[in-house]
Amino acid sequence: MKTQANIHKETPLQRFWSEFCESRIAVGALFILIVIVVLATLAPWITPQNPYDLAQVDVLDGKLPPGSEAFTGYTMWLGSDGAGRDLYSAILYGIRISLTVGLAAGVIALIIGTVIGLVAAYAGGRVDAFIMRAVDIQLSFPAVLIALVLVAILGRGIDKIIIALVAAQWAYYARTVRATALVESAREYVEAARCLALSNTRIVFRHVLPNCLAPLIVIGTVQTASAIALESTLSFLGVGLRQTEPSLGVLISNGFEYMMSGRYWISFFPGLALLLTIVTINLVGDQLRDVLNPRLKR
Amino acid sequence: MTPIIEARGLSKKFVKRLDLAGKIAQRLGADIHEEIVHAVDNVSLSINAGEVVGLVGESGCGKSTLGRIIAGILPQTAGTVLVDGKDTADMNSTDRTAAALAVQMIFQDPFASLNPRMRVEQIIGEAPLVHGLTDRAGLSDYVDDVMMKVGLDPLLKQRYPHQFSGGQRQRIGIGRALAVKPRFLVCDEAIAALDVSIQAQVLNLFMDLREQFELTYLFISHDLSVVEHIADRIVIMYLGRVVEAADTEALFDDPQHPYTRALLAEIPRLDQRKRDFTPIAGEIPSPLNPPSGCHFHPRCPYVMPVCKTEVPKLAAQHDLRQVSCHLDNSTRRIID
Repeated sequence: MKTQANIHKETPLQRFWSEFCESRIAVGALFILIVIVVLATLAPWITPQNPYDLAQVDVLDGKLPPGSEAFTGYTMWLGSDGAGRDLYSAILYGIRISLTVGLAAGVIALIIGTVIGLVAAYAGGRVDAFIMRAVDIQLSFPAVLIALVLVAILGRGIDKIIIALVAAQWAYYARTVRATALVESAREYVEAARCLALSNTRIVFRHVLPNCLAPLIVIGTVQTASAIALESTLSFLGVGLRQTEPSLGVLISNGFEYMMSGRYWISFFPGLALLLTIVTINLVGDQLRDVLNPRLKR
Repeated sequence: MTPIIEARGLSKKFVKRLDLAGKIAQRLGADIHEEIVHAVDNVSLSINAGEVVGLVGESGCGKSTLGRIIAGILPQTAGTVLVDGKDTADMNSTDRTAAALAVQMIFQDPFASLNPRMRVEQIIGEAPLVHGLTDRAGLSDYVDDVMMKVGLDPLLKQRYPHQFSGGQRQRIGIGRALAVKPRFLVCDEAIAALDVSIQAQVLNLFMDLREQFELTYLFISHDLSVVEHIADRIVIMYLGRVVEAADTEALFDDPQHPYTRALLAEIPRLDQRKRDFTPIAGEIPSPLNPPSGCHFHPRCPYVMPVCKTEVPKLAAQHDLRQVSCHLDNSTRRIID
């Protein structure tokens, strides 16, 4: 017995990591994503300008092309927008807001959707039918339409955008969790837990939920990316965040009017940042799905 | 003596209800009905403390369903389960938990029956901790003790189930059940998924534990030769009904129901190497649409007109012997 103790040295996490590394693209995407997140987190300390501080923003610096020198002396490598904000600074701050909104919406939607999905799967019968029909109805509307209507009702601001995004996305989580939980609760280890007279709450959250995590992580990454895109869309349409706290969508929207006059950089660089963020998150999510899905294992 | 477990008139129906479209179609005259499976049909069984009862039948005969009802995992459609003579439905919640813990189950598949995300320590220790059989401080020692009883090295308790072999996993499953100090174990094909060499080890473990903890077993199997070794008494099921119940020796010496005879005739034996095996004629009928009267009549070599119309009663003969057949002893002898 003692010798068998040494057979499996690799922990599940190590195996997971080595399988993740099989795709170079995914590793590259993860690296870029980490760089983006680190830059966004450190924005207040590494940017030459705080774009939210009106005292630091000078209209005289407006619409300068990339590489110009600002009135206060630093170089604007990515140019400036119409209000005189340094685009490099504005983009990092913008990613901060976009990531915050996307992550907050993703996590809240994940929690709400997971609980609803677990309840549907474990309760079954009418409760299940009722919840799943609600999910069906929700999913038959485009997410952007639901978010648009809610934002129109609730008004602008970060908190309201998050509520709108959660309302548009919980159903994806609920459906995924329900499907996985149905499979898992038919397994014998759930019967064994019931035989041991453990409470239903305990069985659902301690036994069934941990086994539903793999698909949840995958859906979570993809849905977070789509939440960021959705928030940018709303902001671009002018119903999302305010001008005073510009997310990437607001920045793109600000530059849109100058697009045709040759001042491409005001929209282009924020757009590029948005693209990079969403694409890298999706690439990482795709690889996670491949690694975590046992049916795709070789 | 009150039996430790008694089942009275247990039935379990699985109904596949019609959905809305089906109901409308039925109203319009389509030939659609709810599909009902009588997995267990009016089964009574009593098991005394210390006994090992084998429950044998072909796959699909309802033996696992019966085991799950007795273990309290599935609710029955009709009938009662009594633990120590008390109906589990009438108990208060404390007594019901105690009764539930007293009856534990060992599952067939040692892969599916262990939570893949839990360490062995959690798998074995969770229930004793929740039910107050040990506290956080004593948990580690408690789990060590249980693991040693089932022949596992306590050093392995921080591992996950996938790091163990099939036999070891089955020991973990047994440990999980033993950890709540049960008095009755339902073993559902508990060794069927294991290698033959491991089967013997696990069977021996069951027998050791029986002596050590005065356990009572309901040993569910499709394999008469395994059950013959360990069971004191054997119950044979066919399509949800008990067809014969007898002491192991009596059953093997003098099987009375034609189905039992057919099953016994097919056990490979060393002393009869040359004989040809003749499988029981026909297939096991669909439980969705079981034959009328005695369920076995389409396959029975001694079928009589009455078998097609009347359900035979499970008649108690001398001792604990019960047979459900229209043939009486005198007719059976003439046939022999």
